[in-house]
Amino acid sequence: MQTLYDKLWQSHVVHEESDKPDGMTLLYIDRHLVHEVTSPQAFEGLKLAGRKPWRLDSILAVADHNVPTTRRDHGISDPTSRLQVETLDQNCEELGITEFRMNDLRQGIVHVIGPEQGATLPGMTVVCGDSHTSTHGAFACLAFGIGTSEVEHVLATQCLLMKKAKTMQVVVEGELGHGLTAKDIALAIIGEIGTAGGTGYAIEFAGSAIRELSMEGRMTLCNMAIEAGARAGMVAADNTTIEYLRGRPFAPKGDLWEKAVAYWRTLKSDEGASFDKTISLEAAQVKPQVTWGTSPEMVTTIDGSVPDPSQITDIVKRHDMERALKYMGLAPNTPISEIRPDKIFIGSCTNARIEDLRAAADVVKGRHVAANIKLAMVVPGSGLVKYQAEQEGLDKIFRDAGFEWREPGCSMCLAMNDDRLESGERCASTSNRNFEGRQGPGGRTHLVSPAMAAAAAVAGHFVDIREIY
Amino acid sequence: MKKFDFCDGLVAPLDRANVDTDAIIPKQFLKSIKRSGFGQNLFDEWRYLDHGEPGMDAARRKPNPDFILNLPRYRGAQILLARANFGCGSSREHAPWALQDYGFQVIIAPSFADIFFNNCFKIGLLPIALDANNVDQLFREVEASEGYRLMVNLQGQSVTTPAGQSFLFDIDPFRKHSLLNGLDEIGLTLQQADKIKAFEEKRRAAQPWLFA
Repeated sequence: MQTLYDKLWQSHVVHEESDKPDGMTLLYIDRHLVHEVTSPQAFEGLKLAGRKPWRLDSILAVADHNVPTTRRDHGISDPTSRLQVETLDQNCEELGITEFRMNDLRQGIVHVIGPEQGATLPGMTVVCGDSHTSTHGAFACLAFGIGTSEVEHVLATQCLLMKKAKTMQVVVEGELGHGLTAKDIALAIIGEIGTAGGTGYAIEFAGSAIRELSMEGRMTLCNMAIEAGARAGMVAADNTTIEYLRGRPFAPKGDLWEKAVAYWRTLKSDEGASFDKTISLEAAQVKPQVTWGTSPEMVTTIDGSVPDPSQITDIVKRHDMERALKYMGLAPNTPISEIRPDKIFIGSCTNARIEDLRAAADVVKGRHVAANIKLAMVVPGSGLVKYQAEQEGLDKIFRDAGFEWREPGCSMCLAMNDDRLESGERCASTSNRNFEGRQGPGGRTHLVSPAMAAAAAVAGHFVDIREIY
Repeated sequence: MKKFDFCDGLVAPLDRANVDTDAIIPKQFLKSIKRSGFGQNLFDEWRYLDHGEPGMDAARRKPNPDFILNLPRYRGAQILLARANFGCGSSREHAPWALQDYGFQVIIAPSFADIFFNNCFKIGLLPIALDANNVDQLFREVEASEGYRLMVNLQGQSVTTPAGQSFLFDIDPFRKHSLLNGLDEIGLTLQQADKIKAFEEKRRAAQPWLFA
């Protein structure tokens, strides 16, 4: 009896460096996604060593971190950002790598476009020089982020030297409350196990609440696995997975499709397979989540308050909490619903897919952004998500409500382009990290779901989405 | 990769948990297409009082006198003592590059984030996980005694205090061998090229849709 992780691992073993079960293993990589930030040094290393990419058709490249979200026709104004994007373009052209360039309709955040194109398929190993590669595990893949040395290693050898992880199963049973989403599940889990709770593990999300999630929801959940410390998150393949992939450009067609689907249906943990650790959560107990600190584990529910460090006995923890509250400009015991954001960011590889935009649009429809909100922006995850949203009239709903409707990219999730918080500004953000300075030096991030961000935009402070619907 | 066997180095203590890679090297410096020069922006937002951007002259910036690495007693430190879950967050190898470029050879902490831990080995920076109680003791000792040094011996897998107390640490034998010899892992993997090709052929036959 095997877990899904065991199956994925075993089917990619090329060579084992030692006969011990915890030794280093050479693992074959099926899909290599590349973006502009973590690849230039890898391409340079490859060239300096006189090596060539092992398998060009495994690589898909896109620039997402540095791209502007306004006036694409003006190009990139920051010369260092521009050079980085041009370097990717050049490397891809020289080597013959498929790349969606900045003005291609298919351009977008690498973790949005992989699945959207069907370039992410069940049973694959998927890597990218980006920690949120865990997203692709939603398709019953073994998907994880790698550093630049490993990007070069995969380019040159199509393999990685890996140590097998331990397995954790997170079981979420029951039905989510109205207005609650995968983002709330993810933050609730991280609040429970902490940002290091999944370190050393590959997490499989299972249970009836997970099976009920759309692929977008499963991607949100697996995306946040890394915020729980787990390099990989995954969900078993089922009809939802298969229906999502049908007809996608890179997905198999005809007879191959039938053959692939038969194999994909085996990509689940066997009944009774044992995990190193199991955690359970009742979906019905999950409430809307809002982070209050500078780590995703510093999270509470909308009906909660900012915690009080004086109640914490562990000194290191107390100091971390004090430091976080000082940075966030929050007093202990402040009700979460009294926190007033300055900016609203709906976007990122966590929450910029069509379903996320629909959920946010549902909330803002017929309403207007509150007077205290300086900027509310929607940054679709890809050109195709943007196009789809416009077909549905979501752009108009957002614009009428006072939101800015932008071009696709990573944008203010990490503020490598011009979209950022000013020092001291507070943001309700659908992204994944609330680290110090993440959205701009001195910026203060509160992580929430798209519906919760939209509700905060309209109310001018955090509100319980269950009271709005 | 840089070889590593032994380090007798000055220790600097960074007393906070969950130090993330955004703090180790902020995003604006990730725009570089080079592999070197990140040391001057290590912990940039904590280390300087002014806001840092790529291309600034570090000598003309305002250092934060309270930040631990700016204290004269820790200048030239080669060993960073840290708290749990060091290096959490993104996969940016720029974080280990910045630590190494600054002069660190060893990071000691109770635990590390997976991707960061893995990235360190690829460049010859040694992350050592010690029991939290032992790390606590080292924090107390380094804070109590100026000029505090530790001896790190990779062959013997030990960290030794000035008083002669040794703590043993675990390391994967393959990683240890690679570090001790400064091996090129890509070169090593390419020695298995026949196996990779054979695997690929089998895979192509069984799952042809992966090779479209």
